[in-house]
Amino acid sequence: MLPKILTSGLFAGFCAGLIAALLQLIFVQPVLLHAELYEGGDLIYNMLEGAPSQPDIPGFDAMRDGLSVLFSALIYVGYGLILVAFMSIANAQGIAISAHQGIVWGLAGFVTIHLAPSFSLPPEVPGMASADLAARQVWWWGTAVATGVGLALIAFGRSALFMAAGAVPMVAPHLLGAPEPAVFTGPLPPEVASLFAVRALGVSMAAWATLGLFAAYFWQRETQDA
Amino acid sequence: MTILVQTSAKSTAKSTVLPAVMALAIGLGIIFVAGHVQASALHDAAHDVRHATGFPCH
Repeated sequence: MLPKILTSGLFAGFCAGLIAALLQLIFVQPVLLHAELYEGGDLIYNMLEGAPSQPDIPGFDAMRDGLSVLFSALIYVGYGLILVAFMSIANAQGIAISAHQGIVWGLAGFVTIHLAPSFSLPPEVPGMASADLAARQVWWWGTAVATGVGLALIAFGRSALFMAAGAVPMVAPHLLGAPEPAVFTGPLPPEVASLFAVRALGVSMAAWATLGLFAAYFWQRETQDA
Repeated sequence: MTILVQTSAKSTAKSTVLPAVMALAIGLGIIFVAGHVQASALHDAAHDVRHATGFPCH
């Protein structure tokens, strides 16, 4: 069983990771590089005078962007293994998953790993003010796990009570609140930061949808003639 | 693409849960190392992806 999970997760994650990397390089990287011009002081944002909306941005960097592709593939392989592991447990409980249903699983993964933590800790563009890193990482993991538990209760709960209970761990981390900096000192135009956050989420959503599709497809293939 | 997958009969809990837990541990390990460990070389190499993925980065 383990080799089948590893194989499916690896293939699905690698494919989705390459798609994520491509989308990130096209849609997210230019915004990140734009932000770094402010982070490094090459551009200065003054609210009264404004700042150019289309500055010259460095182009493709083989080393830097190559590493991004590798790490994107690696991270999505991690996601893929987790997703297929849960699919295998669902399968064993008699829940069948078609490739199309896999997309819904992928979107649930997106909500768990990206959308829910971003609700209180939006994707940070370089240069943004932020609280202590360790505290944010702990909150991030806690929120992802709690959201996953909540979604599972809603998806597989056998009664309305279970489904209602699922909302609790999903809401709790945000009532508790994410670690925030005492003061905001970001040197960036807000337009850059908001575009970055939404682009990062949009790309992740597309990548997770394909991850779910591929994960269910490869898992089907692996287990079909078992 | 509507082929349904079901394991033959009821697999024992051990044979389905243990492999899933192991795959889960490997997956979480990969995300922790690639996304969250702050070793300098690792941070620099994964920097852009960490930001674009929404992980707390620095």
